[in-house]
Amino acid sequence: MSEHIVSVRVYITIFLVLLVGTALTVWVAFLDFPGRLNTIIALAIATAKATFVVLYFMHVRYSSRLIWVIVASALFWMGILFAFTFSDYLTRGVLSTGY
Amino acid sequence: MKPIESFELPAPSKVNYMNAQYGLKSWLLTKDHKRIALLYLGSITFFFFIGGIYALLIRLELLTPQGDFLASTTYNKVFTQHGIIMIFFFLIPSIPATLGNFLIPMMIGAKDLAFPRINLLSWYIYLLGGVITIYALLAGGVDTGWTFYTPFSTTFSNSYVVATGVGIFINGFSSILTGLNFIVTIHTMRAPGMTWFRMPLFCWSHYATSLIMILGTPVIAITVLLLAFERVARVGIFDPALGGDPVLFQHLFWFYSHPAVYIMVLPAMGVVSELIANFSRKNIFGYSFVAFSSLAIAVFGFLVWGHHLFVTPQSVYAGMIFSFLSFAVAIPSAIKVFNWTATLYKSSISYDTPMLYGLGFIGLFTVGGMTGLFLASLAVDVHVSDTYFIVAHFHYIMVGGALMAYLGGLHYWWPKITGRLYPEGWGRFGALVIYVGFNLTFLPQFVAGYLGMPRRYHAYPPEFQVFNVLSTAGASILGFGMLIPAVYFVWSMRYGKHAEANPWHLPGLEWRTQSPPPTENFETTPIVTWDAYEFAPREETEVVGKFSGHEEPA
Amino acid sequence: MIESHATAHEVHGHPALQHHFENMEQQREAGTLGMWIFLVTEIMFFGGMFLAYTLYRSFYPAAFASASNHLDITLGAVNTGVLILSSFTMALAVYFTQIGKQRPQILCLVLTLVLGLTFLGIKAVEYHDKYEDRLIPGHLIPGRSFGPEVAHEGDHDPHKLHLLPGATVRQVELFYWIYFAMTGMHALHMVIGAGLLTFLIIYSAKGRYDPEYHSPVEVIGLYWHFVDIVWIFLFPLLYLLGRHMEHG
Repeated sequence: MSEHIVSVRVYITIFLVLLVGTALTVWVAFLDFPGRLNTIIALAIATAKATFVVLYFMHVRYSSRLIWVIVASALFWMGILFAFTFSDYLTRGVLSTGY
Repeated sequence: MKPIESFELPAPSKVNYMNAQYGLKSWLLTKDHKRIALLYLGSITFFFFIGGIYALLIRLELLTPQGDFLASTTYNKVFTQHGIIMIFFFLIPSIPATLGNFLIPMMIGAKDLAFPRINLLSWYIYLLGGVITIYALLAGGVDTGWTFYTPFSTTFSNSYVVATGVGIFINGFSSILTGLNFIVTIHTMRAPGMTWFRMPLFCWSHYATSLIMILGTPVIAITVLLLAFERVARVGIFDPALGGDPVLFQHLFWFYSHPAVYIMVLPAMGVVSELIANFSRKNIFGYSFVAFSSLAIAVFGFLVWGHHLFVTPQSVYAGMIFSFLSFAVAIPSAIKVFNWTATLYKSSISYDTPMLYGLGFIGLFTVGGMTGLFLASLAVDVHVSDTYFIVAHFHYIMVGGALMAYLGGLHYWWPKITGRLYPEGWGRFGALVIYVGFNLTFLPQFVAGYLGMPRRYHAYPPEFQVFNVLSTAGASILGFGMLIPAVYFVWSMRYGKHAEANPWHLPGLEWRTQSPPPTENFETTPIVTWDAYEFAPREETEVVGKFSGHEEPA
Repeated sequence: MIESHATAHEVHGHPALQHHFENMEQQREAGTLGMWIFLVTEIMFFGGMFLAYTLYRSFYPAAFASASNHLDITLGAVNTGVLILSSFTMALAVYFTQIGKQRPQILCLVLTLVLGLTFLGIKAVEYHDKYEDRLIPGHLIPGRSFGPEVAHEGDHDPHKLHLLPGATVRQVELFYWIYFAMTGMHALHMVIGAGLLTFLIIYSAKGRYDPEYHSPVEVIGLYWHFVDIVWIFLFPLLYLLGRHMEHG
């Protein structure tokens, strides 16, 4: 399995995308959106930026399936921590035990 | 499939990993996984005896209903320290760091683990964590329970919480590095022909254990760190008086600490798979089921931590989810027990010491596991929470299960590790004493707990005394039983009979090199063309009796 | 018989080939896999703190917004840009190592290190500001416990804390606890990264790495990018969450 060498042009493109993303997230932060939309937009932009770093700077796009599985698993496990903990906090008082 | 019973070994050499180099430096700076395994063996045994002394003090106090032997605050420290030492410094590293380190490269035909220097580093980190924790114990001890619940641990305890926390934090990195090493080794360093499904089940279970180590340990690390900072800075992350949430601590703590129990038991199950298959001279029944059940336990084990929070303000809805999943996680464990039993069926069992421990594991783990199902049930758990029922449950699994498997594995691979045979008669005697002592110690605790005796109290109502007296009697027998192998193992290093390469006559790859192995494990890299438990086909036998019949030839 | 796919060159072994590996490819694969697994532990490690943040933010949204608005958005944004640039130079460093251009490789590593130190310098300025405004939580600084001056209606002093309706100082302290824990842990990882980069620079200057053996540059690059990713999430979550609620 030979090593894939990512071109400088790709790196420059991703770098500029990341800078634009940063400017975007700062600008959008000052606009008032209804409900939780501000948070969702901020997290969406951050996730997109992180994805670009992972795929291109960290070469995951050109890596073996094992690496993909590892990255996905880590995110999934953090998801377990969040989901199950919030399954507690968000449902307190939903079911009454009578005492 | 050619059965493999005997083979040509290169002429045994007098040089092996133990005598290849002499001097303290060659041991303390070694990169050889086998020497590192022995370094761990020594330190783990040391911590085991310290934890055992604390156990002895607990059982002495509980002989009488009054709190007359230890003051309550002292007793709090004793059971806390018993738990911390046994869990973090004995059980979690025990099988992986000694047997796993020694055997995994050999079982897959490699010369060493992927990262030998990181392996050595993990031992030094373990020692550093241990030294700091021992310092905390000697300086005055910690009394919060090994669970460090807040706000007692953050705000009200006057003991060495931070120092102990730092010791545990550091020790966690040892665990992480070991797990990392195993995963990379199994992925990248299997010998030619050693496919995943030709690996011994010992490797599968250590792989699954390593997954838990790397996914869970970081969370306890950050939790302990936050706890320490809160205690030092007096800010309210977990203290309700300052706006924090103590249940958050419990969520974060148990997110690791529940999977941690699978770190303790999965390697033991891997050992038992080896013991059952090899000492019944039969291929393990349902190899892939056993292999995948290890992975299933590792994954499911992360989904059940809330069953430790049934008696907290955790929502009932979440409690129901966790309860259901806690029942589900028993299934892969049960699959293993069924498969081991099916392996034993119509096999050629030899009751050597390792097999005695393996059989003991199956029985005691089943008891421990089934009582776990009672605890998975929300209503029952509320009744027996914080009673001796819980204490008995986890000791059945951790001592009756994990410790038995550890001892079984030590006996099984002792000839390979040391090149000596332990005395078989004493081995069987020791196993029996330990088994009897163990059951006498912990069976009465189930009853006492169900009848309401609370845990972590140095005094109790007099109606529970009979159970405690039985328990302490059992503990004395158990303690004596533990000394037996300690003595003859040490004795065998000097006076034991020399072991040949394959004293048990088994097909495993680790038996195809001399005992003790040379530093590079194998003279030449093996090329593997056989499955893990290929034994010669048995002769046709006539089964007489109600279920008689002929077996079809294979 | 040893069966491996070794070329004639590799049978003698690259000087960096460790004895327990069959060839450089296996060694490289193991190294990369090892670093990725380590990064998994880091994700779970920071994950615990992200959980605490998410929980308390949902409990005390007004306090978190107030506290966040008190952070210097310019310094935060500049730092984000600095880190992204450093990730770019790190990726270039790996690139130049892969094609065997030693001088640009060393230059890029040095740039990465300088940018990393810049980030830490700006962080130090921010921490100092917090110290000045008495925003260091709890009793971490003896004699200077948490106690910011709260701004009253109409007072636009930037050093004073402007509380949104519903926020209390106690809850704001929780935000700062999380802020220092997360950015502090992040900064610690940057310091370690800076140390690793220093080693890389020294060894690169000695000609240690070539197109066949540059695994350390690659895996430390992975580590550096990960630390960048953590900041990519920290920045909006800590600095930007309440900006749309800021009054003039």
